[in-house]
Amino acid sequence: MTTNDPAQSPLPDSVDGMVTQTPTDPADTPIGPTTLAELKELAGRYPQARSALLPMLHLVQSVQGRVTTEGIETCARILDLTEAEVSAVATFYTMYKRRPMGTHHVGVCTNTLCAVMGGDEIFERLCGHLDVGNDETTADGAITLERVECNAACDFAPVVMVNWEFFDQQTPESAIDLVERLRAGERVASPRGAQITSWREAERVLAGFEDGRVDEGPAAGEASLAGLRIAQERGWQAPSLEEDSGTGRGGETKQEAAAEADTQRAESETVAEQSPADVEGGADDD
Amino acid sequence: MTDTLTPVLTANWADDRAWTLAAYENQGGYQALRQALQMTPDELVTLVKDSGLRGRGGAGFPTGMKWSFIPKDNPNPTYLVVNADESEPGTCKDIPLMMASPHTLVEGVIIASRAIEARQAFIYVRGEVLHVVRRLRAAVREAYEAGHVGTDIHGSGMDLDIVVHAGAGAYICGEETALLDSLEGRRGQPRLRPPFPAVAGLYASPTVINNVESIASVPAIVRGGVSWFGSMGTEKSKGHTIYSLSGHVKRPGQYEAPLGITLRELLDLSGGMREGAELKFWTPGGSSTPILTAEHLDVPLDYEGVSAAGSMLGTKALQIFDQTTSVVRCVLRWTEFYKHESCGKCTPCREGTWWMVQILRRLDRGEGQPGDIETLLDLCDNILGRSFCALGDGATSPITSAIRYFREEFEAGMTTPSSELFPPSRSTLFATTVLAGEGATS
Repeated sequence: MTTNDPAQSPLPDSVDGMVTQTPTDPADTPIGPTTLAELKELAGRYPQARSALLPMLHLVQSVQGRVTTEGIETCARILDLTEAEVSAVATFYTMYKRRPMGTHHVGVCTNTLCAVMGGDEIFERLCGHLDVGNDETTADGAITLERVECNAACDFAPVVMVNWEFFDQQTPESAIDLVERLRAGERVASPRGAQITSWREAERVLAGFEDGRVDEGPAAGEASLAGLRIAQERGWQAPSLEEDSGTGRGGETKQEAAAEADTQRAESETVAEQSPADVEGGADDD
Repeated sequence: MTDTLTPVLTANWADDRAWTLAAYENQGGYQALRQALQMTPDELVTLVKDSGLRGRGGAGFPTGMKWSFIPKDNPNPTYLVVNADESEPGTCKDIPLMMASPHTLVEGVIIASRAIEARQAFIYVRGEVLHVVRRLRAAVREAYEAGHVGTDIHGSGMDLDIVVHAGAGAYICGEETALLDSLEGRRGQPRLRPPFPAVAGLYASPTVINNVESIASVPAIVRGGVSWFGSMGTEKSKGHTIYSLSGHVKRPGQYEAPLGITLRELLDLSGGMREGAELKFWTPGGSSTPILTAEHLDVPLDYEGVSAAGSMLGTKALQIFDQTTSVVRCVLRWTEFYKHESCGKCTPCREGTWWMVQILRRLDRGEGQPGDIETLLDLCDNILGRSFCALGDGATSPITSAIRYFREEFEAGMTTPSSELFPPSRSTLFATTVLAGEGATS
């Protein structure tokens, strides 16, 4: 989120950040009847239509290459919201872009772990190679480069994302090679995902429309399997699920299960009493 | 005595096309659902309560107890929301789980929905993981087609709809009430509690929000039972869980073990530190959990053990840093993250993280001023427990713990840049040698 940041809120920036004040570029693909119907379809997927706003903004980006004034107005009209209400949402989330995006989004993780493992160096080298800074697009319109926060692939660090697909264990050289192949329009596939299409097509999938690429790529990368491989080599496994089959309750005997159940309940209550009320709220992350 | 590693959630990740319904059912998938459909909601809540399963997303709150808070007399519909917004720095377990075996989560969602009598469930997944979103959507579609989801599921009379919802980039949405606001189509800012989500959550209706790994653990508990689950783990931290090792280790990755394994054991399994490296500091459960050092290698990694060591088990995200790493640089970067992700709703977090970044930047440059360390600690004191949600609290953890263990490095920041003391090129994955700085590539 770039809002509410005292360091970055001199007047020009905040004006730039107001989506409603960005004039719609005449070159923008207009929101046609198909997109309109799809936006309404998304709104119909939820018990309350407003819940579809995030997916709808993803769809706007997939059609127009960013969140445009027209996109804001259209979402507002469908959801019976004000444009200010939609703008407030569009400016809160980092994945929504107010400036036209390149064909591909390249995100370099520079959160601590990846940064230390080489992400900082990768980002600097890419900036130099592409002659852009953070959140800028190359002159040929091929690549928008961005520093991204932790993308939940720390065991594959340092990580680079292309249109939100993983490229693991990168080096400055492999990252430069990657962006060169993207710029040249070569076929590039994520080692843990699908063939790279474009940022706009990725946004369409995020909005809620399948693209038929689900079966591409493996189930898991090697790091994800590290523990499993060791367990397989050494014959380690969890206790069998089937030993106590039938009851779904386990327990060698019914009495034993009941005794354990009572103890556990007492313990759980103790835990609850000791916890501050808001511990319930999944403190850190999820 | 159980084995050192106990793959349950990770057991099928190497299977051919593990993400498909066919592969999942081949290894016993959706058997737990059939068992659960024979059980009443109350029996399911009791089962999970008695199993001792505690939330795997950071807070460790007993999952079954959370379910039992749903009022029975509320006229509004009940909702289940899965928190799949995995964004805590260092945390990388839910994403591979959903990538490899999304049906484990979907089966858990159906069973949990039966337990709390929800007819609508949402999986709120962060937007920055395209292929995971694909796999989740396909899994839900396949589950509908197989009659595991939809109306009158397998003749049980149970109805359930599941929506996969992609977020749009905001760490704060991992905080459960911010997640609800986001899912309602608003800015993701946390809500005041009470009322708690169990009473007034999504659409002001009773709502349970659980982490991916918590929900994914439910099918095996239904099949294995209370004593099976309790045969793994420790007295108050029962069961199996996924530990995520990253950083300067030979074999980073996911290791599923009974709760209570130690970092020493995990390091042994992962081949130890990288060549020539010594453990300097580590996070037990993501960046919001206070860092620990080599003196904590034998701390049991369960809720009680890590808490007794002055930190938190958190998400079991073990980020390992060796002696080439500058603590000041790491703490600065984490603090920049919290500043970037602060939602701006409350003053201590919004302003405090900004000021902490200013001070840490000059310490990192070697331009620290006398009193900076005290000011940092004072700022932390004014944020911890005084901000609206746990993000602010988490932002103080790396700072206070790093000053506790490595105060001299912050003092060195009065005179010497961190990059001089700890050349960053020596810390990278592609550094050729660790100890001989001259030999490192840049």
